[in-house]
Amino acid sequence: MYGATVDPIEDIRTDEEKLAEFEARIARGEKIEPGDWMPDEYRRQLIRMISQHAHSEVVGMLPEGAFITRAPNLRRKLILLAKVQDEAGHGQYLYHAAETLGATREEMLEALLSGKAKYSSIFNYPTLSWADMGAIGWLVDGAAILNQTMLAKCSYGPYARAMVRICAEENFHRRQGQDIVITLALGTPEQKGMMQDSINRWWWPTLMMFGPHDTDSPNSAVLIRWGIKTKTNDELRQTFVDQTVPELLALGLTIPDPELRYDEASGHWHFGEINWDEFWNVVKGNGPCNAERMAARRQAHEDGLWVREAMAAYAEKHQS
Amino acid sequence: MNANLKQALTDYLVAMADDELILGHRNSEWCGHAPILEEDIAFANIALDEIGHAIVWYELAADLSGEDRDTYANRVVYFRDAPDYRNTQMVELPKGDWAFTMLRQYLFDQFEMVRLEKLTQSSYASLAEAAAKIRTEEIYHLRHTRAWVRRLGLGTDESHRRMQAALNDLWPYALALFEASTRETLLIQASYIPDISILKTAWQVQVTTYLQEAALTMPTNSSHAIPPRTHHTEHLGGLLSDLQQVARLDPMAKW
Ligand SMILES: [Fe+2]
Ligand SMILES: [Fe+2]
Ligand SMILES: [Fe+2]
Repeated sequence: MYGATVDPIEDIRTDEEKLAEFEARIARGEKIEPGDWMPDEYRRQLIRMISQHAHSEVVGMLPEGAFITRAPNLRRKLILLAKVQDEAGHGQYLYHAAETLGATREEMLEALLSGKAKYSSIFNYPTLSWADMGAIGWLVDGAAILNQTMLAKCSYGPYARAMVRICAEENFHRRQGQDIVITLALGTPEQKGMMQDSINRWWWPTLMMFGPHDTDSPNSAVLIRWGIKTKTNDELRQTFVDQTVPELLALGLTIPDPELRYDEASGHWHFGEINWDEFWNVVKGNGPCNAERMAARRQAHEDGLWVREAMAAYAEKHQS
Repeated sequence: MNANLKQALTDYLVAMADDELILGHRNSEWCGHAPILEEDIAFANIALDEIGHAIVWYELAADLSGEDRDTYANRVVYFRDAPDYRNTQMVELPKGDWAFTMLRQYLFDQFEMVRLEKLTQSSYASLAEAAAKIRTEEIYHLRHTRAWVRRLGLGTDESHRRMQAALNDLWPYALALFEASTRETLLIQASYIPDISILKTAWQVQVTTYLQEAALTMPTNSSHAIPPRTHHTEHLGGLLSDLQQVARLDPMAKW
């Protein structure tokens, strides 16, 4: 009837209609925000990804953190300490982003400490020399940036915005790593040897950071369809190789891959096959440092228990 | 400035720098292991600041002794052995638990505060300027550590017990912060630095009042005398072997 007032109607759309609308919004490039309707699977995938990402930042403090006290000059010490501190900040933004989806910090921490949640396998490799600070900054943070630059455009607003902030800092991390690599590669023969050894150890684990081949990546299709990922693992990995190989070679360093060659026809660097047995083995918890990393996190958690209890008790007594 | 005075002031600056460096180093050991993620960030800031302050003092010492600013700090930090360090023993003690770390930082921050306030009036202009700048950061440190002292002192029985134990351990070391070396007399006469023994009373009133408000009991038996800055605990050697190990792989190399 013309001119009649319309009562607010409850959302009577079927789930199929909601899903269609949700997917249309993503297709239009709109951001999904915390209060918006979203499929359970979208929420589940995001919580999984964001909390894994947060855990990676936090566990990722450990391998580099071990060299803060050993940095070879004061400038490097300040930079490394600030970098590891940044990673804690990234963990914090990401836990907040996951909380917007209904996950709690306690649940997420519990999942990490019980071994249920994963974090990036790269941090299950040991840091054995100062040169590793270069390799991690340049290669590992460099690889992370590619992934995070993609995620900065993802369909979920809070995750995308956290990524924009994080990427700015990661670029600084990458640069400080590159600076260490350059200094050592052009330094004394011993320094160059130390740098080469480090590249030899970190190259393949870095390539593994991009995850399994697209064909073996169970979540890839749905993540791409819902605009969480916009590039596949293999695409990102190829971009990383194309970008990094010439820069490392230019420094007189070599890359531990006998199959590595530039392919004129495609304009890409061809590289050898990743050792997928090693990859899955580390994912399953059997990497060189999985046990140490988890032990260190649990130790910090347990040692901090009385502190957190005191904070809570104090807050309780002194709230006015 | 005559040579004697110059040497005395250089030594004074290096001792101040050594305190901040070693304490900052100890604090940095928490990064990645703090009881809450927020403190991985906040306490790393304090560590960064303290190491930054050390660099300021080392650079002033370099200027004074005609050394190169850019290389002096790294040389004295990375290539001096433990017996040549002039930090007070309190800062080299292992980080202990969160109560020990926070209380040590609080006692030291409060000490720095009273000293810096006076140093801003130093007749040596660049020292006065640096003190004024550093003081603004110390205000923030003190706010942070004071809050923790209260929280832990008044939190739970366990946190209180740990704070009291930390206080009993730290107190004699803290009092040693106010032991002046004989050469400081020269500097005091020239109005370069305050007479630290006079500042002791003000500091002691401040910290005693505050710690008592946090339900802590001041230790009375301080017979445990802490030796002067020329003497160190066994912990400094361990700390330095960690700090210096990479730099000493090749002293001539650029890192
Ligand atoms: Fe990060
Ligand atoms: Fe990073
Ligand atoms: Fe300071």
